[in-house]
Amino acid sequence: MKRFRRHGQESQRDRLKQELFQFNKTVEHGFPHQPSALGYSPSLQLLAIGTRSGAIKLYGAPGVEFMGLHDENAAVTQVHFMPHQVELVTLLDDNSLHMWTLRGHKGLSELLEIGRFTLTGPPGAPPSVTRVTAVLAHASGELLLLGTEGGHVFIVEVPGFRELEERNISLDQVAASVPDDYIGRRNLEHVEALQENPINPNQVVIGYGRGLMVIWDLEKQCAIQHIPATQQLESVWWTEDGSYILSSHSDGSYCRWMVGGEDVNEEEEKSDIPYGHFPCKAISKIIQLPTEEGPPFLLFSGGMPRASYGDRHCITVIHSKTHVALDFTSRIIDFFVIRDGLQHTGDPSALVVLVEEELVVIDLQTDCWPVIQTPYLVPLHSSAITCSHHVSAIPLKLWERVITAGELQHTHYSKKPWPITGGQNLAPDPPQRDLLLTGHEDGTVHFWDASGVCLYPLYKLSTAGVFHTDTDPNDNMNQGAEGEWPPFRKVGCFDPYSDDPRLGIQKIHLCKYSGYLTVAGTAGQILVLELNDEAAEQTVEAKVVDLLQGQEGFRWKGHTRLDVREEPVLFPPGFQPFALVQCQPPAVVTALTLHSEWKLVAFGTSHGFGLYDYQQKNNVLIKCTLNPSDQLAMEGPLSRVKSIKKSLRQSFRRIRRSRVSLRKHHVNNTAKLQEANARLEAELAEMELAPVQRKIEARSSDDSFTGLVRTLYFADTFLSDSSHNAPSLWAGTNGGCVFAYMLRLPPVEHRADEPVTAQPAKEIQLMHRAPVVGIVVLDGHGAPLPEPLEVAHDLSRSPDMQGSHQLLVISEEQFKVFTLPKVSAKMKLKLTAVDGSRVRRVGVAWFCSSRTEDYGESGLTVLTNQGDVHVVSLPHVKMQVQYPCIRREDVSGIASCVFTKHGQGFYLISPSEFERFSLSTCHLVEPRCLVEAPLHSGSSNQHRSQPDGASSAHRTRQESEDAEVLQEIQKSLEGDQTSFLENNVKSAVA
Amino acid sequence: FFKNIHKKNQLNFEFRRFSVDRVKPGKFEEFYKLILHIHRIANMEVMIGYADVHGDLLPINNDDNFCKAVSTAHPLLRIFIQRQEEVDYANFGTNTITRKKKAVVALRNNDVNRKRPHIRIGMPQDFRPVSSIIDVDILPESHRRVRLYRHGSDKPLGFYIRDGTSVRVTPHGLEKVPGIFISRLVPGGLAESTGLLAVNDEVLEVNGIEVTGKSLDQVTDMMIANSHNLIVTVKPVNQRNNVVRSSRISGSSGQSSDSSGSTGYPSLSVASGGLVPSGAHGYQDDLESDEDADIVIESSLKRPSQRSNASLAYQLHRDLNLHSNPALRHSNGSLHKILSSLKTDPRHSLALPRGGVEEDGTVITL
Repeated sequence: MKRFRRHGQESQRDRLKQELFQFNKTVEHGFPHQPSALGYSPSLQLLAIGTRSGAIKLYGAPGVEFMGLHDENAAVTQVHFMPHQVELVTLLDDNSLHMWTLRGHKGLSELLEIGRFTLTGPPGAPPSVTRVTAVLAHASGELLLLGTEGGHVFIVEVPGFRELEERNISLDQVAASVPDDYIGRRNLEHVEALQENPINPNQVVIGYGRGLMVIWDLEKQCAIQHIPATQQLESVWWTEDGSYILSSHSDGSYCRWMVGGEDVNEEEEKSDIPYGHFPCKAISKIIQLPTEEGPPFLLFSGGMPRASYGDRHCITVIHSKTHVALDFTSRIIDFFVIRDGLQHTGDPSALVVLVEEELVVIDLQTDCWPVIQTPYLVPLHSSAITCSHHVSAIPLKLWERVITAGELQHTHYSKKPWPITGGQNLAPDPPQRDLLLTGHEDGTVHFWDASGVCLYPLYKLSTAGVFHTDTDPNDNMNQGAEGEWPPFRKVGCFDPYSDDPRLGIQKIHLCKYSGYLTVAGTAGQILVLELNDEAAEQTVEAKVVDLLQGQEGFRWKGHTRLDVREEPVLFPPGFQPFALVQCQPPAVVTALTLHSEWKLVAFGTSHGFGLYDYQQKNNVLIKCTLNPSDQLAMEGPLSRVKSIKKSLRQSFRRIRRSRVSLRKHHVNNTAKLQEANARLEAELAEMELAPVQRKIEARSSDDSFTGLVRTLYFADTFLSDSSHNAPSLWAGTNGGCVFAYMLRLPPVEHRADEPVTAQPAKEIQLMHRAPVVGIVVLDGHGAPLPEPLEVAHDLSRSPDMQGSHQLLVISEEQFKVFTLPKVSAKMKLKLTAVDGSRVRRVGVAWFCSSRTEDYGESGLTVLTNQGDVHVVSLPHVKMQVQYPCIRREDVSGIASCVFTKHGQGFYLISPSEFERFSLSTCHLVEPRCLVEAPLHSGSSNQHRSQPDGASSAHRTRQESEDAEVLQEIQKSLEGDQTSFLENNVKSAVA
Repeated sequence: FFKNIHKKNQLNFEFRRFSVDRVKPGKFEEFYKLILHIHRIANMEVMIGYADVHGDLLPINNDDNFCKAVSTAHPLLRIFIQRQEEVDYANFGTNTITRKKKAVVALRNNDVNRKRPHIRIGMPQDFRPVSSIIDVDILPESHRRVRLYRHGSDKPLGFYIRDGTSVRVTPHGLEKVPGIFISRLVPGGLAESTGLLAVNDEVLEVNGIEVTGKSLDQVTDMMIANSHNLIVTVKPVNQRNNVVRSSRISGSSGQSSDSSGSTGYPSLSVASGGLVPSGAHGYQDDLESDEDADIVIESSLKRPSQRSNASLAYQLHRDLNLHSNPALRHSNGSLHKILSSLKTDPRHSLALPRGGVEEDGTVITL
C-alpha cells in the first residue's frame, strides 16, 4: 500500500520533470572552425560556408541560419547554389556530391540533404578520370557540369543526379580541335575552371590546368573558340557583357581575351602582372564587375611578390584610380561581391571575404571602403578565449549604457546595413537581455549580446592600458607608409598573438545593477571597474597583497607581477578601472566575486584568498591557505601540458616576430614551424609511451594544490546564532576545506571611514577532501539567496530570514547540505562514488514549468568531467535529469562551459565557436526561420547566371519582377526584417 | 580427561598447573574467575593468553577462543597471565571482559615478549579490520569481493589500475571486451599486505557498482571517492593455478579464513566467509555514517582576538583536553598519538574518545 502510493508520487514527479526539463543543443555562435568553401545565392541572398569537418552552414538576415552535417567525415571543398532555386550542391573531399534543399515544415524552413552522387567512369579507368575539380551549376537549374582531373567534363541532370552521357565533353573531343601550334596540346591537364557565358547559357568556357581555354557550345556540342594561354591556369571570369574572358595564372599574371564569334582573335588583348618585376605568387581568383557609370571594379586574390610578401593573404581591389591590397590576418578561402538592384546586377556594393578565421565584409560604396560590422560569424577567438561569464536579465539602463560605449568604439565601421538579408527570422523576440562576457588572452573582455540567435558584439574592454607591457607600439604599425607598394591595408580583427600572456583574463564578475565590474588575470591582478559614460584620465591605485603571510621557504618560479603605469591613463567611455589589487606571488587568480552592496571584492589564488574594500581601497582580510609542504604551488606554471602549450606559443611568437622583422625569409618560418611541430610531437609521443595506469590512493592533506581557492561566495546569513544574520564570506579550496568569515560592515553613513572587519567563524574540512567547486546558502524556504541588490531593485522577493538557513557545499565528488548556524551534515548526494564522474561546472538556475506559468523551482545545473549535464533539485539535492552533452575527451569544451540563470549554457566547440544548449523547457534560443523559393524560379531560363551564382538577368519578364516586388511589400507588411531599404543592397556574384 | 595447564604470571613468574575438562571446557567467564581464584588475584584485571601450536601468543577473552585454546592443548596448554596495566590496555577502558567482538583475530607474536617487548597481543577491540573477503555466499566462485579498510590506516592503499581486455563467454562464443585490471601493487601498501589482490586481477565492481562501460579515469575516481571504505570485486587472475601460483597469497576465500594461515602477515585480519557478511554489513553502516564526519571548527565570534591563525590541531588539542573522557586525560601519550594521527584521519581518532556518540559528524564546539 505504502509502496503503491510512493509509486504514484514518483510518476507525478516524473510528469513535473518533463514539464520543467528538456535538453536541446540549440544554436552555434561564432565563426565555423576551419572553413573550407564559400557559396552565395544572389536570389536567395543566402551565404553558405562548408567546413573541413563536413558541416554546411547557411546564413541570411541576422537570425536566419541553418546547419547541416554530411555523414561522411570529409571536408567540403565546394558549395554551389542552384541558380534561382532553394537547392545547393556540395562537393566533398571524397569526391562525392550532395544535394541539399531548404524545405518548409510547419511554417519554418529546414536544411535537408536530398541526394548524393559520385561520378563513375568507364570500367578500368583510373580514379583521376572522375575526380571532380570544377563544378558549374548551370543557369537552367537543371544541369551540373563537372570538370575532372582527367580533363573531361561530365554533364549531370539534377536534382536526380542522372548522368547525360551523350552530352559529356571528353578530353579527346577537345584535344582534336586544339590548334597544332599550341605548346601544351599533348597534355591539357585537369579542368581548372568552368564558366558560363552570362548572355548565352549554351556557351561555357572550359579552362584546363595547362592554360588552354575552350569555349564550348552545349547545344551544338562543339568548340567555338580556343584561347591558347600558356601559363598554368588558376581561374577564369567571363565579363558580364559576354565579350571578354579574364584568366588568372600561377605566375601572378592575368589576361583579358576578346570573345569573338569566330576563331580569329587568338591574341590576348591585355596581359598584366600587377605586382610584377620580381616573381609573383599565383592569382587564385579574379573578378571584374561593371559599374553603371565609370570604370569597372577589378578584384583578385593573391599575386603578391613571392619573396617579399609571399606570406601575405591579400585581395586587391582596383577601381578607377583607387588601388588597395586588403591584407588579411589569415588565409583566404574564397570571396564574392554583392551587387545592387533587384536582380543583383547593379553596382558592386559589398565585398564578402571568407578567410580562415573570420568573415570580412567591405563596403565598396563608401569612401575608403570601410568594413561592415558582421552581426554573426564574429570571430570569438580574435584573441584566444580564456574565460567566460554570463549575466542574465540585464536592466535596460545598463544595457543602453554598454551599447552606447560600444558604439563609440565602432565608429570606423561602415554605416551601411548588413548586405546579406535572405530569409525571414520568425523567432520571437528574446524575453530578456542577456550578456555574455568573454575574457581573452590579450587582456580584453568582450561583451556579447547573447539574448538571441546572433551573438552580437556590443563592447570591448581592454585592460592592457593599466600596465606597461612588452608591446612596442610600433610593432603593429606595419600599416605601411605613404607610397608603399603594394598598397596594403590591414583588415579583420583576428589577432591571436598576445603581447604579454600575463594580461590574460581569468575571472570576471559583473554586477548588473550597479555597473561595477571586476576582472582578474593570469599575473594575480584584480581590477575593479566602474561604468562611466565619459572619457576620464585617472591613475589606477595599485595595492600589493602578500598572500603568503610570512610562510617561509618558498620560491616563486613563475612570472613576475605586471608593471603598473604610474602616470594617469586616459580611459575611453565605458568600464574604467579605478582600483587594482596585485597578488604576491603573482599566481593566476582562481576565484573572484564581487558584492556591490557591500562594496567588497574577494579573490583567491593557489596560495590563499583576500577581501578588498573597493570603497576605502584597502584590504580587509588576507588568508594563506597554502600547505607548507606543497612545493608545486610555488612553481608557477601549473602542469606539464601547460608548459608544452607555452613553449608552442613562444615558438609561434618567435615566428611571428621573425615574420615582422624578416619579411623576406618566410621559408625560414615554415622551417621553424615544422621544428615546433616536431618538438610537440616528440613530447606527445613521450607522454604516450608511459604506461597508462592510474594510482589508487586516498587524498591526503599533503597533495599538491590543496590550498588553491576554487570558489568564493558572499552571503547574508546566520553564522553565530539563529537569531542574528550577518554578512559573511565563504571560501572553498581544492583540498576540500571551507572557510567562513563573519564580516562587520560599518553603517552606511560611516561606510567611507570606518573599517570593514572580518573574523573567522567556521572551518569545515570535508572528509573526502575533494575540491570544493561551489558554495550556496539556501534560505528558510530552501531557495538560494538572491544576488546583491536584486531585492533592492524589486527583482526578487526577499529571502526568508525566519526559517533556518542551510549551507550547500558542492565538491567535485558530492553535494552536501549542512545546517546553519551550527554546521552539521543534513543531506548529501554522492556523484563520484556512484558513477565515477566529477563535477566540473555548477550553476544555480530557475526552471519554469512549460504547462503553467506560476510554477517553477530552482535547481543546480551541473556539468561533469564525463561531459554530462545534470539537474540537481534544491534544497533536497536529488538527481533530476541527466543528458550527455559534450564528448568527454573534449576537455577544453568542458572547461569552457558556462551556465545561465535560466537553465541554458554555452561551451566552446572549437576555439571560435560556442554551442548553446538548454536544459529548460521554457528558455530556448534557437533559430526559427523561413526561406521562400524565388517566385520566378519557374522562368529561370530567362535568367543568366554566373556559375558561382552571379546572376545577370538581361531580359526579365516583367510579371516576375512585379511578383517579386509584391512579395517584398508583403514581407515588409508582415513586419519582416527584410525592408525596402535593404532591397537596394541585393546583388550578386561569386 | 584432564588437561594440565601451565600458567605463568609475568609479574612474579609464578607457575601454576591445573586441569580443565577438554570436552566441556565451559564458559570463558568461569575460566577467568577460576584463574583469578587460583592465583589469588581476584582484585586484579588481567589479560589471559595462550601459546598455540605454532608457539604464537594468542589471547583468551571470549568463549570461542577459549574453546579453541583448550582444543589445541597437546596435552599441556600454556597460559600466560598478565596484568592489564602491564599490557598497557588501560587507556582503552576498564571493563575489557564485557566488550567483546565476534571476530576471529590473529596477531603474529612469537613467545618472545621479553626479546621484543614492543610487539604485544591486543584485545579484539583494539584491533581494527584491515581487509576482508565478503559476500562469499552470493558471489560466483570465480569472483572475490575484497574490502579494504583504509580508514585509520597509515598505509597507502597502494595499487594501480590499467585498461585491458578481458574474455567473456557470450552466446556467440568468446568475445573480447575492455576491462579494468590491477596493474601494480605498491610494496608495503595496504593492497599488497592483504594478499587478497594481485596484479592482473580484473576489477569487476567498485562498492557494488559495475565498472563495465566506465573509463579508466572514471573507475579511478570511483575508487578514490570510496577510498575510506573501498570494496572491490575482482576476478583473480590465478583462478586455476591457485595453489601453485598463490602460495604466498591466501587464495580462495574459504581457505584464507583460517587464522593460522595468516601468520606470515603482520597485523592482518581476515574474517572468514561464514562469519563476516552480517558483521561486515553492520560495519559498513558504521562507516557510512562515519564518512560524513567532516571536521567543523566553529570559532567563538565573541572573542575577536581569535584570528584565523589558530590551527586545526591546536584547536582540537584544546578541545580534547577540555571535553574528552577522563581516561584519556590521564595519558598524554595517547592523546598525542591521537593528535598526530589526526592529520591523516581525524575521524578515526576522534571516534574513539567520543565513543561514537555523535553519529553524524564529530562537531567540536569551542
